[in-house]
Amino acid sequence: MRIRAVVIRILRQFFHDKRTLAMMLVAPMLILYMMSLVFNGDTYAPKLGAVAVPAPLVQKLEQQGAEVTTYSAAQADEARQQLSDVKLDAVIRFDAGAPQVELEGSDPSKSKAVLFLLQKTLQSAAPTAAGIQPAISYLHGSEDMAAFDNFGPVLIGFFVFFFVFLLSGVSFLRERTGGTLERLLATPLRRWEIVVGYILGFGIFTLLQAALIAWFATGALGLMLVGSFWYVLLITILLALTALSLGTLISAFANNEFQMIQFIPLVIVPQIFFSGLFNMDTMSVYLRWLGVIMPLSYGADALRNVMIRGAGWERIWLDVVVLAGFSLVFMLLNVVALRKHRKI
Amino acid sequence: MTQTASIDIRNVSKQFGSKVVLHDITLQVEPAQIYGLLGPSGSGKTTLVRMIAGIDEPTSGTVHVLEQRMPQLAMLTKIGYMAQSDALYGELTALENLEFFAALFGLSGSRRKRRIEEVMSLVNLTDHLKKPAASYSGGMKRRLSLAISLLHEPSVLILDEPTVGIDPVLRKAIWAELMQLCARGTTILVTTHVMDEADKCHRLGMIRDGRLTATGTPEELKRATGSATIEEAFLYYGGVGQ
Repeated sequence: MRIRAVVIRILRQFFHDKRTLAMMLVAPMLILYMMSLVFNGDTYAPKLGAVAVPAPLVQKLEQQGAEVTTYSAAQADEARQQLSDVKLDAVIRFDAGAPQVELEGSDPSKSKAVLFLLQKTLQSAAPTAAGIQPAISYLHGSEDMAAFDNFGPVLIGFFVFFFVFLLSGVSFLRERTGGTLERLLATPLRRWEIVVGYILGFGIFTLLQAALIAWFATGALGLMLVGSFWYVLLITILLALTALSLGTLISAFANNEFQMIQFIPLVIVPQIFFSGLFNMDTMSVYLRWLGVIMPLSYGADALRNVMIRGAGWERIWLDVVVLAGFSLVFMLLNVVALRKHRKI
Repeated sequence: MTQTASIDIRNVSKQFGSKVVLHDITLQVEPAQIYGLLGPSGSGKTTLVRMIAGIDEPTSGTVHVLEQRMPQLAMLTKIGYMAQSDALYGELTALENLEFFAALFGLSGSRRKRRIEEVMSLVNLTDHLKKPAASYSGGMKRRLSLAISLLHEPSVLILDEPTVGIDPVLRKAIWAELMQLCARGTTILVTTHVMDEADKCHRLGMIRDGRLTATGTPEELKRATGSATIEEAFLYYGGVGQ
């Protein structure tokens, strides 16, 4: 009988908390849906640049499912530029006798797709001349590059984002539920001072966390790092600041720690899908724009550019500016959200 | 009613959505008085008190503290507010809690140190300064919370049920101190359920369902209701006797 009473009480609690109820039902479906979008996409069509490649071979490549852009021998530089801008996965040149293949190389799965397709094409084109091996080179990375090198930078960004989001969200929430926010608001402390104080206080802690994670991944785990460690640190910290300001903002919409946790599938999980951990090229085009509103996709993009492609400021500045912009907007919204508790 | 009331509330109403929490409340608290606000739970005491503390604002009507229209940020340095919840950072020690709030009120250096010592000896917690607030007992937390609200020597002190969970001996000590603060010119507004505390107030206001049902000195209220004790008067105004 006591057990029954407990069961009924729990069911009643759920019933009173409609949002938890909805979350338990809707969230798993939402995530399953997203995963279906990611994993049921079309098979990846490698994007090839063909420099002075004979037309029949181009046709064969296309038959195998490649997206081929043709260039004349004179346009070779243009093709290379497209490669370094990650518009192409590989450039094939036939101008000097033996075929030369240069791979973009930062994503091992794409490199494999290109090589597999080439192999199939060459075999079907000249089954007797199986001995012809194209010379393969890599713009970034190498054959030895592990899949982890590719998604490692994204994971750094993700973990920093996730933990800072949760920690700052819950602690700001505690401020509210514990009554200390009320007490703060009975002091001459201004609303923006509370927000900035939080950002700075956690910012210092976050600085430490970001530095530790970045060092651990590159130094201890041996994650590929071609570019500057300081850029990695800068991007990681900006990501953390964005997570921090978003976490405190979101906590205004939660009434307890449990409800804060519920924001993970809404705010964090979708970002994983759009962060570049999964190949976005196989995702339906109309869904890709969602990545534009997700801070993690900028952070992950910049981290990858620095760590794998050795990019400098000219390539990451836009991501950096966008992340800083996100933090600023979230902070301002935070100040506004505090109006709910004190008007002045 | 004089113009110089420390707390001057005129025709204050408060609505949350369509729910009216306070109806047309008018009351004045004279300087250096202890004013007791009595009423059952949910009568609107806390809502009224939060408006005086400058955290909330009335839907209609005005609240003046020390002749300044509230809410006003600059006035918050002159008001001490202790809410019903203890509002302490459990992870921090008592001293760290005190230092934090002292800093928010702009106390620094030797003045901060002196005030922390003064308020902690007042609430009899000097020996427990270095302990984390989370390890305090319920009564100790309440005392620490009171100590924090006294840090900046406010001219107007607002205490929302200050003596809940405090034993009679300490309660007496706290009231003795409130009397002393009052004698030195501090205006004190206190909400309470404890009837012998109500007797110690200079004036009382009875709140029920968001309406001020009676005001006066404890003697006046007892006489008006023909009661021997404040408790009877409270029950009378609280609706039980009607």
